[in-house]
Amino acid sequence: MADFVQQVVAGLASGSIYASLALALVLIHRATGVINFAQGEMATLSTYIAWTLTTNHGWNYWPAFAFTLAVSFLGGAAIHQTVIRPNEKGSLLRVVIVTIGLLILINGLVTLIWGGEVRAVPSPFPSGTTEIAGVAITTQDIGTILVVVATVVVLWLMFQYTKIGLAMRAAAVNPAEARLVGVRVTWMLSLGWGLAAVLGAIAGMLAAPSVFLDPNLMAAILIYAFAAAVLGGIDSPVGAVVGGLTLGVGLNLIGAYVDFVGADLRLPVALLVILVVLLVRPAGIFGREEVRRV
Amino acid sequence: MSSLLELEDVEARYGPVQALHGVTLEVAEGEIVAVLGANGAGKTTTLRSVSGTVRRSGRISFAGKPLRGGPEAVARAGIAHVPEGRGTFTELTVQENLRLGAYTRRERSLKGDIDRIAHWFPWIHERARQPAGTLSGGEQQMLAVARALMARPRLLLLDEPSLGLAPMIVREIFRIVRELNEREGLTVLVVEQDARIALQTAARAYVLEVGRVAITGTSEELQENESVRRSYLGY
Repeated sequence: MADFVQQVVAGLASGSIYASLALALVLIHRATGVINFAQGEMATLSTYIAWTLTTNHGWNYWPAFAFTLAVSFLGGAAIHQTVIRPNEKGSLLRVVIVTIGLLILINGLVTLIWGGEVRAVPSPFPSGTTEIAGVAITTQDIGTILVVVATVVVLWLMFQYTKIGLAMRAAAVNPAEARLVGVRVTWMLSLGWGLAAVLGAIAGMLAAPSVFLDPNLMAAILIYAFAAAVLGGIDSPVGAVVGGLTLGVGLNLIGAYVDFVGADLRLPVALLVILVVLLVRPAGIFGREEVRRV
Repeated sequence: MSSLLELEDVEARYGPVQALHGVTLEVAEGEIVAVLGANGAGKTTTLRSVSGTVRRSGRISFAGKPLRGGPEAVARAGIAHVPEGRGTFTELTVQENLRLGAYTRRERSLKGDIDRIAHWFPWIHERARQPAGTLSGGEQQMLAVARALMARPRLLLLDEPSLGLAPMIVREIFRIVRELNEREGLTVLVVEQDARIALQTAARAYVLEVGRVAITGTSEELQENESVRRSYLGY
């Protein structure tokens, strides 16, 4: 039983990382209508920035964390303004191809600057375990879950209660109407890209201590995040979080208890989830089927 | 009375299709002015040329200054546009729609404004947390007007408020518009297919035909006008 609970908590920890990146994908999909294939690489770049600050420049972890978030936010917004925005007038496919180009570009850039070797990243959380109700849980897992929960709560409060959050939602659901009430829609979309980059950076920085840092840090995590977003509903922020956690726990339990899957076959299982959801319920658990009034 | 809004020789086009061929009209402060015409005459485009949601040329001035830029800038200048077909954010709640209406204003608390608007639309308080999409068609149209009022506009652009609504609801909406005009001095430029109710509400009207002003005059004059009667009033 204790083992089972440990597996569930470990699943929640990796699931919250998927949720964070999935939330980034959902934010951009709601606002721009496309999947940002570069989301994972943007997160990898952010993680390298944090790693450089702590390892090469002697920064403490949390100031480096905060600084990286700020840089990621500006970077995300800048990518939207410079690369995405000029292509938004064309077809969606054009923007999708631009994001794939960004994926390749950022991956190359990261390899060029930091090289391809695998690096150990120190964890911000004390090593060891904490006993909760008789079950030993690693501090890393608890910390990861708490950081993501805090992020999600802050985002939710922002979208629900602030003027700018409301304007961002309005710009995403109905840009033409939003302009009529005076919302500067393009800026709201840039803000959305900035926030998505922040979410990605959080996912990357939380993942790096347990999976090591290399230029392909987020490749697999991006697939899990896709699966999470598709499972929850690609336009549903709640769905992204629930989808991420469900997938994390599910994959961890399957990996631990289903012998033939083990740790190696998790990725195919995630792909299977994407496939099945798209076949059975394309809108995902929390998504609504698009209804168009004729 | 001085002119609040002036259009002089305004042209507008959708890609290769020219929709307005030089429209000239004016709206005085505190006035209700109607724009009538058949489908495709350019009524909606006239409003869209004011709010900057269509490419336009010619001269448009508002409160004595040239009106330029896209809809964001026009909203900031004090013009609220209620577009054709229920201008609401259906996925957002009634209250969120109203908060968005006041987006261009700096006030921190909107309580007073929402109360003021609830005087005209009393159901707004009890429906505050309901998504706008769950309201009836008439309520959505009223919410669109309410949302526009939240901006405290100097000019309200109303596009086809009667579209798809029952006659009773249409009369109710026009009654509210008239009262807002009488009591709060709201200036309104309304585009309407239903010429009868538009002429009952407005002081003056313009009749558009293929992108030009064909006839203009006070509502009484137009109600007497033979061709307006035959083409738009049906008697």
